[in-house]
Amino acid sequence: MDFFRPDSLAEALAAKAEHADAVPIAGGTDVMVELNFDHRRPAALLDLGRIVELHEHGRQDGKVRIGAAVPYARIIDELGRELPGLAMAARTVGSPQIRNRGSVGGNLGAASPAGDSHPALLAANAEVEIASIRGTRMVPVKDFYTGVKRNVLAPDELITAVHIAPATGAQQFSKVGTRNAMVIAVCAFGLALHPDQKRVGTGLGSAAPTPRPATKAEEFIATELDWESPKPLADSVLRRFGALVAEAASPIDDVRGSAAYRRHALAVLARRTLGWAWSEHLGGGRRACA
Amino acid sequence: MDAEITLRVDGADQPVTVDTRTTVLDALRERLGNTSPKKGCDHGQCGACTVLVDGRRVLSCLMLAVAADGAEVTTAAGLANGDLHPVQRAFIDHDGFQCGYCTPGQICSAVGVLEESDGELSRAEVAERMSGNLCRCGAYPGIVAAVEQAAGEQR
Repeated sequence: MDFFRPDSLAEALAAKAEHADAVPIAGGTDVMVELNFDHRRPAALLDLGRIVELHEHGRQDGKVRIGAAVPYARIIDELGRELPGLAMAARTVGSPQIRNRGSVGGNLGAASPAGDSHPALLAANAEVEIASIRGTRMVPVKDFYTGVKRNVLAPDELITAVHIAPATGAQQFSKVGTRNAMVIAVCAFGLALHPDQKRVGTGLGSAAPTPRPATKAEEFIATELDWESPKPLADSVLRRFGALVAEAASPIDDVRGSAAYRRHALAVLARRTLGWAWSEHLGGGRRACA
Repeated sequence: MDAEITLRVDGADQPVTVDTRTTVLDALRERLGNTSPKKGCDHGQCGACTVLVDGRRVLSCLMLAVAADGAEVTTAAGLANGDLHPVQRAFIDHDGFQCGYCTPGQICSAVGVLEESDGELSRAEVAERMSGNLCRCGAYPGIVAAVEQAAGEQR
């Protein structure tokens, strides 16, 4: 197996253009599992560990730009205020050791429907920055996933960053699993209030071949919420929102849970997270994790 | 394909030639004879292979040795400096083990916990921060007490 260890992004893109079969690796928390168990024998690995700009975050055009290899631990410590939904999701990833190495770029590259960051990225309308020697393009995250563990990346492209607008309202993330650590989500739900746009963003995880938003639920709740003079939500509205989220899912039966359970649980997660986020918006100040 | 690398393990430079697929864990155990980190699951679930790389706790089974070229790797065996490390002492004080297989990983992880936090930790916080390390003997009450003690001493 060849091992490329470029020192700069330009070198990495040149290497990826020349060796399209090279698998990019940053923290290794996903790729290494496949290697150790011989599920995958790549001809080459492209180690992104030395590329400084992939490990930095900052502001660009009013958005937070997170380098693809910034580990979850730093998102939690350094970006929790600006991106509370993503930080909540990051807190549920693996274990502290995994969070010291794993990154959003890796989650996107793997494009597993169970990746923890996807629901938060969808709810916040993140954009994925993708680069190759041909140039750089931005892809809205809802258009990024194309199938189970598939995404829009061309063979010569690398994920270089995600761009997310800082939160303008309450955000929530909820995940069902057998314990708190080292859990692949049975299902997960991300929610973000966007009072500036008078809308609510959603994201479903482990509930369909790809992570996806619950578009009909978003449209329904946008008409129900009174952003000018916010009032507590009727239980019937919360339940309808939950039902529409469940309808947006097309889950399967697998070892982690049945499709019926996933639909039920998603309705519950959606109802609760909307209730918490709206209470916070009303000034209740509740910002608890699920 | 082979690669020549140098790992700085427990304070000593260790040049070694490894196949590029070799993990830090296998390099330590099979090539450098440092059997302190243990191979439990080989996919990041159990935490028995936890070591400190440049001061941060990582799972050595999920890190390629070639990617750690030049890095400072600290195993539980390298923590004692004449006297036992306070975390090692606390594990003995509180009987934080039974069979001992997970212990080097638990201890490296606990050192990482102290590094990542400042001051006293509640039992719930210790349990959360140590959640990446499994103990099949179920010595958790002793492990949590040991980390609490070490965190208290650090303050």
